[in-house]
Amino acid sequence: MLLEVIIFITLALIAAVSAILVVTRSNPVISALFLILNFGALAGIYLLLNAQFIAVAQVIVYAGAIMVLFLFVIMLLRPENEKKIFSSNPLIKTLAFVIGGVVFIQLIYLIFIVRPSESQSPEVAQSIQAGTVEKIGTLLFTEYILPFEAAGFLLLAATIGALVLAKKKFE
Amino acid sequence: MFNNIQEFYNMLPMIIIGAGILVSIVIEMYSRKSEELIAWFSVFIFIAAAIYSLLTVNSTSIILQGMLATGGNVNILYFIFNFGAAIVTLLSLDYIKKYGTYYGEYYILLQSSVLGMMFMAGAKDLFMIFLGLELMSICFYALAGINRKRLNANEASLKYFLLGAFATGFVVYGIALIFGTAQTTSIDLIVAKFQELSGNLLFIAGILLFVIGFSFKIAAFPFHMWVPDVYQGSATTIAGLFSTGGKAAAFSALIVTVGAIFSSTIGNLFEPYLIVISVFSMLIGSIVAIAQEDIKRMLAYSSISHAGYMIIGFAAGNSEGLAGIIFYLAAYTFMNLGAFGIIALIEGKDETNLSIKSYAGLSHRNPLLAALLSVFMFSLAGIPPFAGFFGKYYIFIAAIKAELTWLAILGVVSSAISVYFYLRIVVLMYFKDAEFEISLEKSNTGLFAVIVSALLVIALGVAPGSVINLISSFF
Repeated sequence: MLLEVIIFITLALIAAVSAILVVTRSNPVISALFLILNFGALAGIYLLLNAQFIAVAQVIVYAGAIMVLFLFVIMLLRPENEKKIFSSNPLIKTLAFVIGGVVFIQLIYLIFIVRPSESQSPEVAQSIQAGTVEKIGTLLFTEYILPFEAAGFLLLAATIGALVLAKKKFE
Repeated sequence: MFNNIQEFYNMLPMIIIGAGILVSIVIEMYSRKSEELIAWFSVFIFIAAAIYSLLTVNSTSIILQGMLATGGNVNILYFIFNFGAAIVTLLSLDYIKKYGTYYGEYYILLQSSVLGMMFMAGAKDLFMIFLGLELMSICFYALAGINRKRLNANEASLKYFLLGAFATGFVVYGIALIFGTAQTTSIDLIVAKFQELSGNLLFIAGILLFVIGFSFKIAAFPFHMWVPDVYQGSATTIAGLFSTGGKAAAFSALIVTVGAIFSSTIGNLFEPYLIVISVFSMLIGSIVAIAQEDIKRMLAYSSISHAGYMIIGFAAGNSEGLAGIIFYLAAYTFMNLGAFGIIALIEGKDETNLSIKSYAGLSHRNPLLAALLSVFMFSLAGIPPFAGFFGKYYIFIAAIKAELTWLAILGVVSSAISVYFYLRIVVLMYFKDAEFEISLEKSNTGLFAVIVSALLVIALGVAPGSVINLISSFF
């Protein structure tokens, strides 16, 4: 129990600090890198909550695919003009504070007043069980074996296609 | 998992191609002369899978937890894909030499796209249809741009990719809505529930989105604009594959889904929509093709109008219509591959001889090629005794049985219009003198592939009854 609490506090601190760093850095590339750190810490927290599938999806989809796209766009476009709009118009900053505040109040309301985790219906408990590695692995290798193999071939073909189109020089 | 060894044997065509892809990758890694070796290996596995699936046509079963159907018309479609791909491979052997040295991956992508087509034709679950569609499309995007030095090819590849991804979005939204309302992706379960779901607007919207997304892949009316540019820009052999294998696979996925729904008691809910897209595809394809000077663009518009004829089979919504579509796909695959094969032989080193004027006086310079191309043109125009005539005949008969006589008449009018631009090529070859000299390329494998397709077109035209009886017996 104690170990769990220590890990949770460490991950939560990393997530909170990296989230603050994302919005305060002036260089967008560094902001994006801190966002990856934030996603990683969140994935760790999901694991602590026994939501293994969401943790893996968080790493693969958010920290992997979406962040790569973010970095590509930032590095290709060099959004210098966006910075000017942000500093010249103070209204955007106030708007950001208001939206952030609303989301914060919502979370406080949910966690401390509604307390959904105390009154769990059996369906919800079951759906939490469905996200474990065993359940998903069993499904993948029995009922969905053919789609699983097909997805493998799909990724293989995509890799070969990308190689053919992007390789610099053929002997 | 397989329940018994028979299920493994039933799935063997797919396993042959899947294992072939992996073996080809190993050959590509270790062999110095990989391009020749992989090409002949591809021909071997395509022919093996085609013949095996034709031999086991009677072993119908549903395997792998209701994911895949085998036997029956699925195997006939496997034969069309694999035999078509074998012809494309034989045509490519000499053709892609002018592109540089990177042929190894070309054949691996070809094999992968055929595997995707087979997933689509055999699917019993919307998951498999989507994965097959993506596997086929991703290989096609890469194949369209395989010649990276030509700007045209890059443009074709990018255009095909952007529009194809857009169309895939429609298919995924459709599947998501169907899954949300039916709570299953199994096609049999959805068909069983169709009666109660047909009142649900979200479910109907899902099926419509699904059909709209697929009308991109079959090159039908609302999404036909990409076809001429992509066919013109990509390599001729690959354009042949797009117009035959790719179209046949998308039609087979529609037969699996829409055809299954039509066989339920509710009748044909989507008839008006299908009639509209078939009429516009036929007329736009036939009329615009008249104005084309580039033979690849002409065949692209003709492929749009052929998609229109086949959709008549869906609009008729009876088993004769579906059987007619499968026969039409077989006929269209071989006659169109033959025509593209001859274009590949004639177009020359820098792909300069693509104008229809290059065909003037071909009968004097190369009587064999001229005769073969005439066979394909007559067949595409739908003149007996070639396969194309009987494809149209069965579809129109199905439409008349479904009391859509006016649609059948429109189809006949449209094919009468199309006779003009098909026969113009024949007239040019036999009754005009050459305006300029063109140097023909020698390719024995390519010529062999063209002759094989011509023989198949004639065989399907001489004995259509036994083929259509075999197909009908599975509905």
